[in-house]
Amino acid sequence: MLPVDRASNADPARAADGGRADDADLIEALRKSDEAAYRALVDRHSATLLRLASMYLSNEEVAADVVQETWIGVLQGIDRFEERSSLKTWICRILVNKAKTAAQHEGRTITFSDLGDGELVPAVGPERFHDQGPNRGKWSIAPQAWDRPEERLLSKEARAVVERAIAALPANQRLTITMRDIEDLSSADTCSALGISEGNQRLLLHRARSRVRAALEAYFSDVTDAP
Amino acid sequence: MTWKDPLGRIARGRRRRAAPAVSDGGELTCQELVELVTDYLEGALSADDRHRFEAHLDGCGGCRAYLDQMRETILAAGGAAGADLDPAMRQRLMDSFRDWRSSRDV
Repeated sequence: MLPVDRASNADPARAADGGRADDADLIEALRKSDEAAYRALVDRHSATLLRLASMYLSNEEVAADVVQETWIGVLQGIDRFEERSSLKTWICRILVNKAKTAAQHEGRTITFSDLGDGELVPAVGPERFHDQGPNRGKWSIAPQAWDRPEERLLSKEARAVVERAIAALPANQRLTITMRDIEDLSSADTCSALGISEGNQRLLLHRARSRVRAALEAYFSDVTDAP
Repeated sequence: MTWKDPLGRIARGRRRRAAPAVSDGGELTCQELVELVTDYLEGALSADDRHRFEAHLDGCGGCRAYLDQMRETILAAGGAAGADLDPAMRQRLMDSFRDWRSSRDV
């Protein structure tokens, strides 16, 4: 298995309940203007926020401004936060709203009405399957189990492959896989922050993961099935 | 090989609303299965479709390898996180806090 080195996963209490347990303490401390609580939150979430903002905004400075406005929004809104979602989701939702507004000023908008790549793109190219006869729809070139994935996926090279594949995705797929698989938000939280349905989210996630898998498969072997 | 899922990331969110089956209730083909992998991992397949999915896996090494690869992809994406915050940005955010606190104290 992959050693997990991320702060968000290092603490079992957070992993088990999505962070609600220490959310309550942080919220209370923030309401009392506790600087240490704010600093902890900033350290925990700002990289995520900047990553998400950058997906809406091409200008890095504008993205950084949006992150700052988000934290100001968090401070101004904390007294009214009703804790119906996790703190992280609430903060992400504030960010998404501010980033969308800023993106409109920039003349860029991301819509979730389509999948971002027009026609349905299959998860695996049709050339990998038999297209006729009794084996129609079965693998003609079946995937091979990856060799020592737990070591190789942690290499710098493999990480670069993953990052490049994600960077090349249509914006709405990129946002979805970033929230779900990189930032580890739940499905419900992702839908809520992005304002999309569960079904739409699953489709976006499916396209995104399928493409990243294809990139990794190409990395692990000479077989390529890039669309 | 199959990985353990210590964080429950992959299994999380099982049993959501059922997605419609892709074909007529017969056996799945490999080409159909790969399009259902995310719904499977998200627990969004109906009970019937889940049985068909798992029945196909039992007899198909290629699809088992594919499913493992998708799980490994998810874990690999998780490893892409973790850029540290730029110190200047952090300072700026702390300054916002102090402004907010002083405006609150007034």
